[in-house]
Amino acid sequence: MWTALWNRLAHPGQFLRWSGAALPWLAAASALLVAAGLYLTFFVVPPDYQQGDTVRIMYVHVPAAILGMGFYGAMTLSAIGTMVWRHPLADVSQRAAAPIGAAFTLICLVTGSLWGKPMWGTYWVWDARLTSMLVLFLIYCGIIALWRTIEDPSRAARAVSILTLVGAVNLPIIKFSVNWWSTLHQPASILRMGGSSIDSSMLYPLLEMVLAMTLLGVTLHLQAMRTEIYRRRVRTLLIRQAERLDAGVQDAAPMTRAATPLPVGQAI
Amino acid sequence: MEFGPYAPFIVGSYGFAALVLGALALNGWWDGRAQRRALAELQDERGGRS
Repeated sequence: MWTALWNRLAHPGQFLRWSGAALPWLAAASALLVAAGLYLTFFVVPPDYQQGDTVRIMYVHVPAAILGMGFYGAMTLSAIGTMVWRHPLADVSQRAAAPIGAAFTLICLVTGSLWGKPMWGTYWVWDARLTSMLVLFLIYCGIIALWRTIEDPSRAARAVSILTLVGAVNLPIIKFSVNWWSTLHQPASILRMGGSSIDSSMLYPLLEMVLAMTLLGVTLHLQAMRTEIYRRRVRTLLIRQAERLDAGVQDAAPMTRAATPLPVGQAI
Repeated sequence: MEFGPYAPFIVGSYGFAALVLGALALNGWWDGRAQRRALAELQDERGGRS
């Protein structure tokens, strides 16, 4: 039953229908949750006894870090979907996720840097956590560049899937870097053995911001997936139009070497 | 809200995040609209010809 439901929801036509109906609600819920999260961050959360007010930067830094890694995890699952099942929506999802994941990773790097200056006395150190997060951002950039380099979406999807799966090795390195190496970055304080080390007055607003940013990320991802489906339909129609025009030229004049049609999917 | 000497870092962090996410949302909306228009035009052309 679940497989049938999944197959039905993941059919591109069905996906466009249900996502079109869900998007306005998701966007409104994201806006409300982000507004509530910002209110909690700036008006309810107390200053930290050591970090002072800079702790407020954590309410954008931590969700951005979770989503930067989360979107890469989702892309890895999509890459498996592309390579194993060749599902039509898998590479659409992967392509749509890359810029959003890159944006969250960039926000994580910049806000972490802005927190580091007053707390550590420097914007950047070649610490294992910071460096592995920078590597994640560079992998995202490589994936986006590869998508743009290969014209044919199905060939691009296979190449990008391989790169994504290779890059996935970086995810456990990011997560456990603070345990494996001696780092300036603090160890895990939310998901750790023995429970969170953060006081509830700071933890719940942080979890609210994580939820709000996740909903925002999902909304942006669904919108980007819809756009990608439309882009592929436009491409298919343009190729068909070019083939028809080409066939018309062939009917009107005998084919010469210069008029030989290009293979479908090649850049003109 | 008084953040003292940390204000530039806090405002900078949230300002940067708002800029990046705002640009992402606007670009997504604009690109989606452009693709939908292109698709509608192509479908109209196909409909008009047949």
